[in-house]
Amino acid sequence: MKIEPTPRLWPGEIFQALKRSDVRQVAYVPDAGHVELIASCEADPGMSAVSLTTEEEGVAMLAGAWLGGDRGALLMQSSGVGNCINMLSVPLHCRMPLLMIVTMRGEWGEFNPWQLPMGQNAERVLQDMGVYIHRANHAEEVGQIVYAAAQLAFSSNCAVAVLLSQRLLGFKDWSK
Amino acid sequence: MTMTDTKKGTMDRREVMGTIAAKRGTALMVTGLGSATYDAGTVDHPNTFCLWGGMGAAAMTGLGLALAQPERRVLVVTGDGEMLMGIGAFATIGAQRPKNLAIVVIDNEHYSETGMQPTHTQRGVSLAGVAQACGFAGTETVYTPAELDAVVPRLFETDGPFFAAIKVNTQRYPMSIRVRDGAHLKDRFRENLLGAERAYY
Repeated sequence: MKIEPTPRLWPGEIFQALKRSDVRQVAYVPDAGHVELIASCEADPGMSAVSLTTEEEGVAMLAGAWLGGDRGALLMQSSGVGNCINMLSVPLHCRMPLLMIVTMRGEWGEFNPWQLPMGQNAERVLQDMGVYIHRANHAEEVGQIVYAAAQLAFSSNCAVAVLLSQRLLGFKDWSK
Repeated sequence: MTMTDTKKGTMDRREVMGTIAAKRGTALMVTGLGSATYDAGTVDHPNTFCLWGGMGAAAMTGLGLALAQPERRVLVVTGDGEMLMGIGAFATIGAQRPKNLAIVVIDNEHYSETGMQPTHTQRGVSLAGVAQACGFAGTETVYTPAELDAVVPRLFETDGPFFAAIKVNTQRYPMSIRVRDGAHLKDRFRENLLGAERAYY
């Protein structure tokens, strides 16, 4: 299997989409796929970037952000989706916007079988809860998709998850 | 407080809520599901957002609000069971150190909505100790009305994050039935804080 080229522009395009959407609070549990984006958010004086102990904290935090007039985004890996499920009651019942940006595991060439149960079911579980899904499979569409998802969330008061396909993150060759 | 502490709360939770609310001034308040939200219903205010679900959400909702409104004081009032479910929030808030955030746990050491099962705070867990170890600027555990009177101004004035566990008795009260619709509670809070134009843009 040929290793795909790794230099990536889309993290910067996500950051620009968040800035254009006036996102002020970014809550995250780190993921390798979000390295550049987290660094950009931490460095931006117009953003509060908050590292969480678990993803559901971010759902609650961004509910508070919205109460106070701030737009927010929640960054996580697909394994974190499961940690959020009951807490999604808050934005869903209260008709608050929620923008989640999820880097996927357990799909494209996954080498760690422990990632499969949550990774393969994250999209369905989110949909079952009433979260709208925008999936990004190609690098060139990521920025546009995040910007559209932000408008959907903040203008329609709904929960939206952008799923960044594992294919975007590159292929780790563990065969040798 | 130490792990061997055996003091019991004797104060009445609704009197505690009344004492705190009387001094709130312009503070924004978030209450956690269960008894704390019912208590808040007896001293309702448009600057209060009451959670009726999302157990474990109260402290982190307070953090998001405090970050969005750095010039306003934010007070979270919740119960011991609700706080325990979101106990990681102590670490997240301790790392973030918001100066304008205070958290109160009205601590009856029981899950009063579900049959009065003991919580960990009855079994030696000190929430103030957790908050202190997580880097909160100030923490207290309060047992008496005199201690409460001393701690209330600190909820609204001292640099946060500040935490107080206020030990109360196990008196239960009927649910103060009032508005439960979260969308309405959110809109009421936002309209009052931000003005209608910004709240609904």
